[in-house]
Amino acid sequence: MASSIRVRATSNGDITEVQTLIQHPMDTGLVKDAKGEPIPAHYIQELKFECNGKDVFVANWGTAVSKDPYVKFSFKGGKKGDDLKISWTDNKGGSDTITAKIA
Amino acid sequence: MTTTTGSHPTRRLILQGAASVALLGLGNLPFGASFALAAANDKYPEEAFKLKNEADAIEALYGRTAEPSDKVKLDAPEIAENGGVVPISVTTTLDKVTSISFFVAENPNALAASYKIPDGTIPGIANRLKMAKTSNVTAIVEADGKLYSATKEVKVTVGGCGG
Repeated sequence: MASSIRVRATSNGDITEVQTLIQHPMDTGLVKDAKGEPIPAHYIQELKFECNGKDVFVANWGTAVSKDPYVKFSFKGGKKGDDLKISWTDNKGGSDTITAKIA
Repeated sequence: MTTTTGSHPTRRLILQGAASVALLGLGNLPFGASFALAAANDKYPEEAFKLKNEADAIEALYGRTAEPSDKVKLDAPEIAENGGVVPISVTTTLDKVTSISFFVAENPNALAASYKIPDGTIPGIANRLKMAKTSNVTAIVEADGKLYSATKEVKVTVGGCGG
């Protein structure tokens, strides 16, 4: 099964730039479906990036983050070939994890 | 005239005293909560995400108010054609940044996203947010225990909440 997380982490000497795209509906709970029934809220609450056993970035999200969320950030201390572990959990207890190599 | 100016210092003192007492009283709970948050570090700020008002959400998340700063650069489009996907990014030249949060004032819940910036991570984030309608977007940067903000209005032609 394909992962819900797509990540590109590129090292530029000292700084590693991370771009992440996650497939997730990010339903707000305010939208109604075709039958007029409200679609229950379903959204990622926490997204965490770890490199070499240390948190490098933690996102706490509400429903106002777009569907299939994208986030970009950079950090120091990563090298080419290091593992970057990305994990998310949503409000329904769903989660996914992936480990990417810094390129 | 002289009597009014003469009475001012005392009145101001009393007001200040009252204000700080009130602040202390009010501050106790949110402060406790935010310190607990900071200590636990992984805790999801459930309450702050539920609040409708931007000022309330900032208070719940940080227990303080922010001051506008030109060291916080908020990059957002003037006009967003699709409120469902509004690219918003923030960078700052401030030192010792520990967190960055995004608020959309007119959304059903003002707090959109809050990011923790550990030591060594560059204080710059790009993400995409939903906007219900034309609204001010505020980025708050927590640096060295203080809050700094930047605000920009984004005009939305089609809302991102089923509109």
